[in-house]
Amino acid sequence: MRTLFKFNGGIHPPGNKERSTQRGIARAPLPAKLVIPFRQHAGEAARPVVRVGDHVLKGQLIGMPDGYFSSAVHASTSGTIAAIAAQPIAHPSGLPDLCATLIPDGREEWIPHAAVDYRNSDPAELRQHLRMCGVVGLGGAVFPSDLKLRPLRGHPNKDIGTLILNGAECEPYITCDDMLMRERAAEIVQGAEMLRFMLEAGEVLIGIEDNKPQAVAAMRQAVADSGLPFEVVVVPTIYPGGSAKQLIRVLTGLEVPSGKLPTEIGVQCFNVATACSVYRALAHGEPLLSRIVTITGNVRRAQNYEVLLGTPVQELVALGEALPDTDRYIMGGPMMGLPLSSTAIPLVKASNCIIAASDKLFPPAPPALPCIRCSRCAQVCPADLQPMDLFWFSQSREFDKAQQFSLFDCIECGACSYVCPSHIPLVQYFQFAKSEIRAREQDQRAADHARERHEFREYRIEREKQEKAERLAAREQAAKQAQPPAASATPADDAQQKIQAAIARAREQAAASRPKNTDNLTAQQQAEIAEIEARRAKAHERAEPAGEVADNHSEGRSQ
Amino acid sequence: MLSALLVMAGIAIVLGAVLGYSAVKFRVEGNPLVDKIDAILPQTQCGQCGYPGCRPYAEAIASGEADINRCPPGGEEGIRKLADLLGVEFKPFGGGTVLKPKAVAFIDENLCIGCTLCFQACPVDAIAGAAKQMHTIIASECTGCELCVDPCPVDCISMVPLRENIATWKRQYPVFTLVAAK
Ligand code: SF4
Ligand code: SF4
Ligand code: SF4
Ligand code: SF4
Repeated sequence: MRTLFKFNGGIHPPGNKERSTQRGIARAPLPAKLVIPFRQHAGEAARPVVRVGDHVLKGQLIGMPDGYFSSAVHASTSGTIAAIAAQPIAHPSGLPDLCATLIPDGREEWIPHAAVDYRNSDPAELRQHLRMCGVVGLGGAVFPSDLKLRPLRGHPNKDIGTLILNGAECEPYITCDDMLMRERAAEIVQGAEMLRFMLEAGEVLIGIEDNKPQAVAAMRQAVADSGLPFEVVVVPTIYPGGSAKQLIRVLTGLEVPSGKLPTEIGVQCFNVATACSVYRALAHGEPLLSRIVTITGNVRRAQNYEVLLGTPVQELVALGEALPDTDRYIMGGPMMGLPLSSTAIPLVKASNCIIAASDKLFPPAPPALPCIRCSRCAQVCPADLQPMDLFWFSQSREFDKAQQFSLFDCIECGACSYVCPSHIPLVQYFQFAKSEIRAREQDQRAADHARERHEFREYRIEREKQEKAERLAAREQAAKQAQPPAASATPADDAQQKIQAAIARAREQAAASRPKNTDNLTAQQQAEIAEIEARRAKAHERAEPAGEVADNHSEGRSQ
Repeated sequence: MLSALLVMAGIAIVLGAVLGYSAVKFRVEGNPLVDKIDAILPQTQCGQCGYPGCRPYAEAIASGEADINRCPPGGEEGIRKLADLLGVEFKPFGGGTVLKPKAVAFIDENLCIGCTLCFQACPVDAIAGAAKQMHTIIASECTGCELCVDPCPVDCISMVPLRENIATWKRQYPVFTLVAAK
């Protein structure tokens, strides 16, 4: 018997899992219309590669992964693309996102696909194959699986000692993984072996909570049948024991440090449903086209269905036969789920459960009271945080302090809100604060970028000015060189020569502007001039010889 | 008595020398406060603060000449950060400043005559084009400063507000009725 560890905190909400496990997994009928969002995974949305009016086959790629952090999207069945437009999707913002509307032709015609001989393939090729098959984590985070299989380069602990398959399924009401393990245990075990092979992991542990004895039995049987050295470990039922960090702690006793990845401590964790889709992708070449979804809550027939991705929620609701007093629907569980704004929203890779809710089933929370600092929230927090402090900083928008108190370690499990005697919706404040901080960081990046561009522009303008000046100087230089060599004497000489030249020009001008009526004069005129000159000479004698001085002056200058 | 005086004088001389030396050795180029303020400003370079760009405004704040509430693109968040940095009280936006939604410029390319005036006005080189060629805005680089709008002789630049999408959406402050304890 393996020794298990404990994480701090956790709560024991009523499970409510029995009703939806009475019947096996059924295949939901083909809906009249599928709405397939291009963003069904964490990261960048896929880029559409089909056009309106195209006929597509089941499994055909319709969305190409766009960038490193992205995944592929496929046509869930054969049919015609009727539209590619923004439509409402399951997102807390309620904003629409780009989706392809697919009208099925009912023939379910597959695109050619083939198994991959994974044991003789390059791991990088296998990862690329999983990426192009759109395999993402089906536990709820929808993180592209190929990225989780990448080796950590240059990290001291790059060997994965332990691969954990997460079959804990701790959130109330949800039973899709439970049913999957009961019915498709062999596929999960094969998928686990593929993951182990790609990660070159040592041991494989399959963690299942003790409220699923049938799933445990089925998985143990499948492991025994396969002859693989995997271990099915039964863990105590506690919420949120199915969260990756918490399950890692329980099974291995290792703590994933804040802001670090599990691989950095030599552990990797995949959901059981992800293992199953890895198996389908490698052993059959099938992309991820469907998933198991629980319909439960205020319904007549709670059950698990295998639904095609893109099936509108209302189809599933109709199968579950919601009771008349149902007034809202939740995608996910009651603790972390997302209230839906409409039942036309499609089921996607992240949808594990639809709960029909009524006030009788989930009485509205009483109005919140001020925090009394009872610290109950801190006692149950599985991430060892101080929710009351985080709440204080979030509500007063002291985001820096919230970050100092490890806000980003909060897994938004809702355990703190669940126990708070003041009924404070703590998680909503934490989500608000996280969203604000992310937006700030984005703004900061944009500002830094703009600053860089602005500085570059100033530098560019300065440089252009300089270049212009240099060009001008070069041109002058060239012009000078074309002149006779005398011109390139010392600067002082140069200036002197210029002055001389200017004086010569002035003289010429002066000569040219000499009175023109002094030649060919009559005797009388000569006599008059002589008389005038004589008067002038007399005047000169009396006063200063101004004319002479001026003349001497100009002569002196010209020497 | 004398020895005490001597010791004190000695200490004063030594410390003075250290201070004098470090003043020379660790001289800071430029004003670090200006850099810190400039790091907070959104770098839209729009001039709405009354200064020809973010850095001049940062210099004005650092010298005490300008108030911290003059930058509309920075929003209240920016004022808060400046208040934090400078250790002063937060104050709301000054007289008649309107907060506009984020927008990017758009050139009607059929009307553009290629005069390059907008290109010369853009503080972040977000306009591409050449003389007598059609100009266009590189939307991802546009800071929404509106400086290119006025210079255009044919009025073909307009500001298009950015619509919120899933990537840019952020959560609202939770609204809950808090019941006051009696
Ligand atoms: S449980 Fe609620 S009331 Fe108690 S300390 Fe936490 S936030 Fe405050
Ligand atoms: S929601 Fe966050 S703070 Fe609250 S208990 Fe869970 S991890 Fe802790
Ligand atoms: S108003 Fe415009 S120029 Fe002034 S600091 Fe703010 S962004 Fe910069
Ligand atoms: S200022 Fe107007 S006309 Fe001139 S290049 Fe820019 S957009 Fe074209």
